[in-house]
Amino acid sequence: MSERLHEKLEILADAAKYDVSCSSSGSKRKNHNKGLGDALGSGICHTYTEDGRCVSLLKILLTNHCIFDCAYCVTRKSNDIKRAAFTVQEVVDLTMNFYRRNYIEGLFLSSGIFKNADYTMERLVSVAKKLRTENKFNGYIHLKTIPGASDELMHEAGLWADRLSVNIEIPTESGLKLLAPDKNIKDMIEPMTYLKKEIIRTKEESKIFKSAPLFAPAGQSTQMIIGASGESDKDIMHTANKFYKGFNLKRVYYSGYVPISNDNRLPGLGSAVPVLRENRLYQTDWLMRFYGFNVQELLNDQYPNLDPEIDPKLSWALRNMHYFPVDVNTADLQLILRVPGIGVQSAQKIVGARRFNKLGWEHLKKIGIAINRAKYFITCNSPITDRKDYTEAKIRQFILNESRSKFHTHAGQQYNLFG
Amino acid sequence: MQGSNIIFSDKPVNVSYDGTWYGLLTAVFDAYAKKWNVSGFSVIDKESQSDFFAEKVVVITDETKAQRVWLGLKKKVPKDNCIQLYRCYLSEIQGIELTIFSCIKFYFSGFESPQLAYGNADVLKINQTSKMVHREKHRMEAFVRFQRTSDDLYYAGIEPDFNVIPLLSEHFAGRYADQTWLIYDLKRKYGIYFDQQKVEEITLNFSNESGSQTSVKDVFHDSETLYQELWKNYFKNVNIPSRRNIKLHLQHVPKRYWKHLIEKK
Repeated sequence: MSERLHEKLEILADAAKYDVSCSSSGSKRKNHNKGLGDALGSGICHTYTEDGRCVSLLKILLTNHCIFDCAYCVTRKSNDIKRAAFTVQEVVDLTMNFYRRNYIEGLFLSSGIFKNADYTMERLVSVAKKLRTENKFNGYIHLKTIPGASDELMHEAGLWADRLSVNIEIPTESGLKLLAPDKNIKDMIEPMTYLKKEIIRTKEESKIFKSAPLFAPAGQSTQMIIGASGESDKDIMHTANKFYKGFNLKRVYYSGYVPISNDNRLPGLGSAVPVLRENRLYQTDWLMRFYGFNVQELLNDQYPNLDPEIDPKLSWALRNMHYFPVDVNTADLQLILRVPGIGVQSAQKIVGARRFNKLGWEHLKKIGIAINRAKYFITCNSPITDRKDYTEAKIRQFILNESRSKFHTHAGQQYNLFG
Repeated sequence: MQGSNIIFSDKPVNVSYDGTWYGLLTAVFDAYAKKWNVSGFSVIDKESQSDFFAEKVVVITDETKAQRVWLGLKKKVPKDNCIQLYRCYLSEIQGIELTIFSCIKFYFSGFESPQLAYGNADVLKINQTSKMVHREKHRMEAFVRFQRTSDDLYYAGIEPDFNVIPLLSEHFAGRYADQTWLIYDLKRKYGIYFDQQKVEEITLNFSNESGSQTSVKDVFHDSETLYQELWKNYFKNVNIPSRRNIKLHLQHVPKRYWKHLIEKK
C-alpha cells in the first residue's frame, strides 16, 4: 500500500511543481481551538530544492487526469503520461503528518480537471473542509480555483482556504486562444471578480462583527507562464498591473516556461528556461509594488522589453537622469527609493538616521547601500568623488564593468541565440 | 541636543556577572548607580582576558534592578528595540555585553527616537547582530524536524549557531498546541519540552550504553519511517532539474544544517 502511495506522490508532486507560488504568508489564522497549527504573518520556507526554490507547502495535484488539452501543460489530455489520483483522506493524512513533523506550513492543492469544473472544485473543497473541521487544522491552505466553478463552491472554498488562485497562464488573449483552446478568459476573470467582491465584503463585515468568519484571509493570486507565447515584457507587466489594480491580487507569479513537448506552437525541448527574464520581471513587479513606480514608467511602447544586462531600476534611472543627483540628506523618501543601489530598508534607515547627523559615504556604506551603483546618482555629506558629468552610456559601462551578474552565464547563453 | 547628565568616573571597571540576562541588566543598573566607567564584562568563573588596569567588580544578580532597567528602556525605545538587545545577548559573541551596555547608555542619553541613529556605531552593531540572531531563530523554526517516538513524543535535535532556544518557545507552543514535543540543543546541552500545557527548560542525561538492545525501531513510532521516506520522495520530485542552481540552494540551506534535515541526510 505504501508503494502505491509513494508512486502517487511522485506523479502528483512532479505535476504540481510548475506552479511557482510557494507563499505561505499574509494570513491571520490563529490556533484558536487548541488544534494543530497556525498561519500567522510571514511564512516559513522549510527547505529549498536543488533548483534553489523554497519549499513551504505540500504542493500536489489531487489528480492529473484532465479533460483539457493546453499545449504548455504537462498533464494535458493528449500527453502520454502515467495518471494517478489521491483520495481525499490520503491528502488529509499526508498534510497532517508532514505538518506535525514541521516539514511544511500547509497545503497547496491543485488539480487537473476531471469530468467538469464543479465536480473537481467540490473535491478540492472537501479536502480543505475535512482538514479544518475534523482535524482542527489551522495551518495554511492554498486552493486552486477551477475556472468555471460555481459561485457557491467558490464561496465555500473561501471559508476554508487562506488563499485562492486562478492561473491566467498566458498573458495575452490571443496566446491563450492558440495554446489553450478549451479555456476562455471569461471563465478565469469571473471567479476572480467574485472573490474580490467577497473578500472586500467579508473584510467590511469583520470590522463590524469581530466574530465574522475569515474568508480567504491571504487573498488571491495568479500565475503567468513566461516565454511560451511570444509575448513582450510590456504585455506581461501591463496584464499584471491590471490584476493588481483591478482585482486586488496579493501576488502575480511569473514562471519561465520549462519546455515539455515538441509542439511547434512552443519553444522546443532543450531550449533554455528564461530564468534571467523571469528575474527581471520580478524586479519590475517589486518596483511597482514597493517602490512607487508606475508600470508605464518602466515598460511602454518605446521600451516594450526590459534590458537583460541591467536591472529595471537602473535602466529607468539612466533614461531619467534629470531626476539626479538626489541629496540623501534632504530628499523625500519617495525619491531616495528611486536611486539604484538603495533598497526599501536602506531608504528608510537613511531617513531615520539623517536626523542625528548628516550622512556621508561611510555611513551609507554601513547602512548597507550599494555605493558602486548609487554613487552616480546621489550627493551626501562627503566630498564628491565619483559624480562628474558622465553620460548615461558611460555610467552604464562603469557599472557593468564593476559588477558581475549572477546570471552572467545565462545571459551569455541567451545572447548566443541571437548570434 | 542634550547629552547624558551622568558623569561616569574615569577609572576603567571590569564587571563580573553570572552570565544571565538579568545579571547583565543588573550590571547596567549598578554601573549607573555607581557611575562606573565600564571597560569590559566577564562571566564569573569563566576564563577571560583580564585587563590589568581595570578595577574588578562583581555584580550580584537582582531581578528588581533588572526589571527597572528593562522598564526604563521600554520608555525610551519601541519594544522591538528592547528585544534586539536581548537577542544580541543570546548571540554569545565575545565582547557583545559592552556593545549592549554602550547602546543602552545611548538610548538613555535623551535623544528622541535614538534607535533610528544608524550612524551610531553601537546602534548599528546592535541592529546587525540582532538580525543575525533573528535569522538563526527563523532558521530553526524552519529546520526543526520532529520525529515521532513510540510514546508519542515529537523530538527534534538542533545545533544552532546562536543560543536561540529561548526565542523558540512561543512559536512552537502556539503551533503544536495539541502534541507533546521536545526541542533539544545538542551543542549547549539543554532544551525545551512542551506537555500540551506549558513549556519547560530541561536538560537530559543521554546514557552512553551503546550496548543496550533498544533499536531505532523501538524508539520511533511505527509510522515514522513511512513519513520520512514520503517526505524525502516529495523533496526529490518537486525539484526541476533544468533549473538547477546549487549555489542558491547552498545559500539557503548551508551544509552545517544538513545532518538534522531528513531530506538532506
